[in-house]
Amino acid sequence: MSQLEVLQSGGSAAMPVPPVARAPRRWRSVGTVKAALFAVVLVGFSILFVYPFIWAISASLKPQAEVFDNRVIPKHWAFHNYADVFRIPDAPMLTWIWNSVWVSTLGALAVTFSSALIAFGFAYFRFPGRNLLFGVLLSTMMLPQEVTMIPTYLIWKHLGLINHGGQYPLWVPNLFGSAFYVFLQRQFFLGIPRDYFEAARMDGDNYWTMFWRIAVPLAKPALIVTFIFEIQAKWFDLMTPLIYLRDTALFTLPLGLKTILDSFGTSGGGQGDWQLIVAATVIAVIPMLAIFAVFSKYFLDGIAAGGRKG
Amino acid sequence: MASIAPTAQKPGPLTRARFWASGFKERDTWVAYGFLLPWFIGFTIFIAGPMIASLVLSFTDYSVIQATNWVGTQNYHDLIHDPKVSKAMMNSLVFTLMSVPLEIVTALVLALVLLRVGRMAGFFRTIFYLPKMTPPVAVAILYLLLFNGSVGIVNRVLGWVGINGPFWTTDPTWVKPGLVLMSSWAVGGTMVIYLAALRGVPQHLYEAAAMDGAGAWRRFRDVTLPMISPALFFTFIILTIAGLTEFTKAYTAFFGAGTKTNETEAALFYAVYLFRQSFEFFHFGYASSLAWLLFVVILVITFIQVRVSKRFVFYQGER
Repeated sequence: MSQLEVLQSGGSAAMPVPPVARAPRRWRSVGTVKAALFAVVLVGFSILFVYPFIWAISASLKPQAEVFDNRVIPKHWAFHNYADVFRIPDAPMLTWIWNSVWVSTLGALAVTFSSALIAFGFAYFRFPGRNLLFGVLLSTMMLPQEVTMIPTYLIWKHLGLINHGGQYPLWVPNLFGSAFYVFLQRQFFLGIPRDYFEAARMDGDNYWTMFWRIAVPLAKPALIVTFIFEIQAKWFDLMTPLIYLRDTALFTLPLGLKTILDSFGTSGGGQGDWQLIVAATVIAVIPMLAIFAVFSKYFLDGIAAGGRKG
Repeated sequence: MASIAPTAQKPGPLTRARFWASGFKERDTWVAYGFLLPWFIGFTIFIAGPMIASLVLSFTDYSVIQATNWVGTQNYHDLIHDPKVSKAMMNSLVFTLMSVPLEIVTALVLALVLLRVGRMAGFFRTIFYLPKMTPPVAVAILYLLLFNGSVGIVNRVLGWVGINGPFWTTDPTWVKPGLVLMSSWAVGGTMVIYLAALRGVPQHLYEAAAMDGAGAWRRFRDVTLPMISPALFFTFIILTIAGLTEFTKAYTAFFGAGTKTNETEAALFYAVYLFRQSFEFFHFGYASSLAWLLFVVILVITFIQVRVSKRFVFYQGER
């Protein structure tokens, strides 16, 4: 499309149109006062929800003394905060980010694949014990991780993999599926017409190729939802790294962030270098916002689907 | 025909057993179990095994360092008399009692607002959802900064309307309300569930209600609420469990290297105390009994919720 066309279409949209005709249907009967009140509520909520982000980004660009001045535009710009964050002794930010990236990616890939296998098993086949096993699977969602965390820790300790560079306790459990994702993907597999599989069987497909060539491609949205949800879960998780990692070089980002907070926040006996803490916080938040920007549809649909049949 | 139907419908124990046995002669069954194999392994190693082990541990004084003894119900006896347990349990209950209603109401209001926005709904939905993408550790740090008693923006804004804001992060009475407010920033997920439920309410119900002379409030109470009650019920349960097991925000803000005494008493949530008993004091036996208490509490509360909600939840058509 040429620039001219863009301008023209933009221009036509901006043409003065009678306001009544342009107003959304629902508002037509509503008085102006009510509409104005509604707009105030909407804008008010928006400010409430966005302001913490703005506050953090702005504070991260201020010198130490001005972090709490609550100005939106910093009086003195301190872009060097972001360089300083990467030069804190005993706080290897880059390593933490890298650890979080690869643990999240590996864990998400593992759980997506394993949950798909299990979900397909529950969705396609009819076998004795299916409903019972699926009930057991669903009921494991009720189990708080606190109940299993000590014996699980002892297993890893026995294997000598505590504080190990492979970060195994953080992602290996994902190889065995996860109840919520199995539930989500099963719903999706159930929606695939059975004829597709029967036809494939006629064509000589075996169970594996039916899973891999038909079920998986058709359930792609559910797999993407699983993948990004798990990326988020790993990126958020503080407790697991807290249990299994001791050396700062092995930390993932949440534990790194906590370490920076403890060494610079005033409660940990630090100097109150809040500008560094805030800069590190912004660094931890931005990748998630970026993922949301790309996959927002999947996040929103996935949550809605999870809530629909709980 | 009528004489055949009852026997076909009610398979006796023998037929059922035969069905089971014959199932295992089918190749399909074995292939299905093959697909489920990852879950069988994971369930054994990471769920069933640890559950049993944890139950056994809860009757011992296992603590890594010393020799382990069978202590019977001593741990459970101790936890009843441990003032920190009741304190921590109260903290978690109070937090849950405050945060769950606030989150449900806020999310519902936001969803209702979004429903009326029209074309810009996508944009505002994104805005309301973004906090949900913020890592809890980051949320806790923002909490410490925004709710800072002397220089935080929250008290600054309260000052504009003449309110002398409390010292949120250091005054024990205000620690939990502050955490609740900050947590309610991330209601985006709940809101999206409600929005989907609201969009699923058939329009003709509203039209029929309006024709019968029902006002906006009546339509909301008698049409909207019953129609979205499954979603409300689902989030009610999920949020309650999340509230009772809340760990990350409280731990980040008040524990770790900078553990203090005063306000940490107020932020000592049950999961935090459990974690400290486990991995800071290494009282694995005692911590296991704490974990089982938590599990039982969650089961009991969920059971009550399910029983009570049965009256109010309306499942359309199905079930």
